[in-house]
Amino acid sequence: MDVELKQRILALIVLDEARDRVSPGEAPAFYVKTKKEQEWLALVMSRTLMAMAHDLENGVYMLVKH
Amino acid sequence: MNNYGITLVVGITLGFLARLFMLRSDYRQFPGYPHGYVTHLGLGLIAAALGAVAVPALVEKEYTAVTFLALAAQQFRSIRDMERQSLAELEELALVPRGKDYIEGIARVFESRSYLVMGVSLATSLVTFFTGWPYGILAGIVVMFISGYLMKGKTIGDIAEVIPSKPYFKGALLMVDNVVIMNVGLAESREKILKEGLGVVIKPKDDNARATLNSIGQRQAILQVTASLLGSKKEIGELDWTPLARKDIDTGKIALFILPVEPDIEPLIKAIKLTPVLESSKVNPLQSLPGSQAAD
Repeated sequence: MDVELKQRILALIVLDEARDRVSPGEAPAFYVKTKKEQEWLALVMSRTLMAMAHDLENGVYMLVKH
Repeated sequence: MNNYGITLVVGITLGFLARLFMLRSDYRQFPGYPHGYVTHLGLGLIAAALGAVAVPALVEKEYTAVTFLALAAQQFRSIRDMERQSLAELEELALVPRGKDYIEGIARVFESRSYLVMGVSLATSLVTFFTGWPYGILAGIVVMFISGYLMKGKTIGDIAEVIPSKPYFKGALLMVDNVVIMNVGLAESREKILKEGLGVVIKPKDDNARATLNSIGQRQAILQVTASLLGSKKEIGELDWTPLARKDIDTGKIALFILPVEPDIEPLIKAIKLTPVLESSKVNPLQSLPGSQAAD
């Protein structure tokens, strides 16, 4: 039987200017310089982690396993 | 051939034909593998034989034959378990699963069909025995159609209106009508959804329908039927394309989003309307006193 953890934040992708909005705890935070880099990282990580990228619209993306 | 022989042959034939007829009439609910057909037709034959043999047995005063019917009931229940199990196992690897409610509904239908077959062959053999085979066949056909009509059940098209509605974005939130569907982070995904995604609003016609559509199992069944008829672009690890149905909490209407392989709105609406109303989701609050008083 496969056991899987769901509804969890796997990672945060944070723009440099939004650094103070997150405090890395359980989920790792990846800091990026530009919005483009953030988008790209979100795409790559969502596909590799099989998770969904959500835009919190404050400079932070989070990857959630649904 | 003596009277018993004719009674049995006509009864079994009509019962078997009834099972065949019911297999054809509901292809969407059937997994569609040839071995499944064989299994169900085989069990249909047994059910038909049991129904047909009851009349000669009772005429011969072999009352113990009735106990065989109890055995049959046991067998039919095992059909339900079989169907439930096989569908539940297939479910694990389905991108858009049927959901437990839908599976239970399908399993229940398969069980009840065996009883219907038994009823058809019983009625046929009874009439054949007392009046002759032409009337027997006629009676069988009549019972077949009556049971087909009674077992038809409602579809979403009967209880709700389906209105097309273009999905749009409010920031990162995917919306259909005024209902939030999900948060889509990737800009590329948002573009694709705007270009190819389809949305509809399923508006319940009355309070009973609203309560039925409130069931998550019912919504999942709608999604599964639409995704299997129109195709869904959902892929492993690409959750942005997941078809979803969400409720407007104030009015009870359902907003549905799907990224179909074939982006045509008309077939989508037809597919939704075709979806059966699940027995387990069907509720009639209006028929109760508090329910009808609460409705305004």
